[in-house]
Amino acid sequence: MKKIECIIRPFKLEDVKEALSEIGIRGMTVSEIRGFGRQKGHTELYRGSEYTIEFVPKLKVEIVVPEDRVDEVVNTVVQAASTGKIGDGKIFVIPVDETIRIRTGERGPAAI
Amino acid sequence: MFKRQTFPCLILLLLAVLLVQPPVFAETSSPTANPGDTAWMLISSALVMLMLPGLALFYGGMVRRKNVLSSMMHSFVALGVMTIQWIFIGYSIAFGDSIGGFMGNPLDKFLLRGITPETLTGTIPEYVFIMFQGMFAAITPALISGALAERIRFRTYVTFILLWGTLVYAPLAHWVWGGGWLSQGHLLNGLGALDFAGGTVVHLSSGISALVAVILLGKRRGYPSGDMLPHNLTFTLLGAGLLWFGWFGFNAGSAVAANAQAGLAFVVTHIAAASGAIGWLIAERIHQGRPSALGAASGIVAGLVGITPAAGFVAPWAAIIIGFGAGVICYWGVLAKGRFGYDDSLDAFGVHGVGGTWGAIATGIFATIGATGLVLGNFQQLVNQIIGVVAAGLYAAAVTFILVKVLDATMGFRVDDEQEQMGLDQVEHGEVGYNF
Ligand SMILES: Nc1ncnc2c1ncn2[C@@H]1O[C@H](COP(=O)(O)OP(=O)(O)OP(=O)(O)O)[C@@H](O)[C@H]1O
Ligand SMILES: [Mg+2]
Repeated sequence: MKKIECIIRPFKLEDVKEALSEIGIRGMTVSEIRGFGRQKGHTELYRGSEYTIEFVPKLKVEIVVPEDRVDEVVNTVVQAASTGKIGDGKIFVIPVDETIRIRTGERGPAAI
Repeated sequence: MFKRQTFPCLILLLLAVLLVQPPVFAETSSPTANPGDTAWMLISSALVMLMLPGLALFYGGMVRRKNVLSSMMHSFVALGVMTIQWIFIGYSIAFGDSIGGFMGNPLDKFLLRGITPETLTGTIPEYVFIMFQGMFAAITPALISGALAERIRFRTYVTFILLWGTLVYAPLAHWVWGGGWLSQGHLLNGLGALDFAGGTVVHLSSGISALVAVILLGKRRGYPSGDMLPHNLTFTLLGAGLLWFGWFGFNAGSAVAANAQAGLAFVVTHIAAASGAIGWLIAERIHQGRPSALGAASGIVAGLVGITPAAGFVAPWAAIIIGFGAGVICYWGVLAKGRFGYDDSLDAFGVHGVGGTWGAIATGIFATIGATGLVLGNFQQLVNQIIGVVAAGLYAAAVTFILVKVLDATMGFRVDDEQEQMGLDQVEHGEVGYNF
């Protein structure tokens, strides 16, 4: 099993969720996060004073899938989350040792 | 349909009864309160009270989330302690028997001694007058908190506002409104320095004191870095709206009667608030490219500050100039902190100090109703205004300087670095504004 951790633009969440539902993904975790990539942040003006916003608001979408679905999910997210402009985000693929469904105690891919 | 109109009808009926009430007590010599004036001043007092929660929201939205309660408490605790101070000695120092035009005798009306429900000030019960003036005494020191936000100890702040209210605000109120040396009938040609609702006594004095205090106390940790952003500007806009609403009491109530002057003050106050917002937004659009919501909120307050000393004396056309000018000048005023490097967190000086000064001077220029300003050829009034500004400014600055130095040496004014990083809500109050 792998965890696919996607950092995306907040407004792309709907598109990503739709696309993943279409390919049969039935669970995910979403959190509001902040971060920066190679370009660092941007500046905002408050009462004429300039502030550098180093951390840009993004969303993190985490999806755990069996090995054989990794490519499909990654490609789907890349397509759905892309605008082609800098700051579109990143996808990290991470190995997962175990999954347990709390209600039934099932383990492994069956518990996903 | 019928039900909905019952209540207004009852009020109209009540008003009619009050207005046509025969002078039952005409033969007795003791005068009674004027019902219309009294009703308006009761409402005005409540309106000014609402400015404190308004200020709490206005300031609270601009600080970081870890300091939101601390910042809002600065306004609410002022309403608490300044009210009690006012009852004990504040009112007496402001409106008691004058000691040489400098201050009222603190013992004269100590704990409201000798005042009964029947005692009148002008045409209204003195109790109502005390409440109206007491709201001013509460909000003025709270204005200073905008400069000191996010770095000061609560107990030192409370001590500071009590002393400042006693040694600065109450004497200044005496100078201008309590029969002191700046009142009409005094000063050069008996013209006095015009200050209808507190441009000098409230805004200039708090603004200048704010500047002195932040210069002495120094910047917030890490200022000016990227993390000092307003945490919730929706609060700030709502606060500005409540301040605008409450300001009708502040200015139109300063006629201390339900009369033509109150009507004038109401209309010019509204015009100046609108013009201030427009002025600030235009300045911002030209200077930085975008008109912001924080700019609108700031411009509203700037316009209101600007018209405060002028409200009973200027025509609507002049209110447009005063309000618009306040918006533009205060925008410039808040930019000054970047240039000079002091950390006036929420621009108490930039808005109240600068706007208060502009308003006092503009009053000397544009007064045409019940007073004559420069536009009617009276240069003397402008001179008197400048004397008022300089005297009040110097006095407030000097006393604030001493107070801050003494309190910092004895009680400690600032929290330490680690506490400042944790946030004042947790450190000073043991709670946080948002639990998710
Ligand atoms: N090396 C990293 N480790 C953890 N999170 C990262 C890393 N790089 C980027 N992120 C996260 O991804 C978000 C978006 O990054 P971003 O798309 O700007 O990456 P980039 O490498 O700069 O690519 P681009 O050139 O497309 O902007 C960041 O805000 C941050 O949350
Ligand atoms: Mg980037």
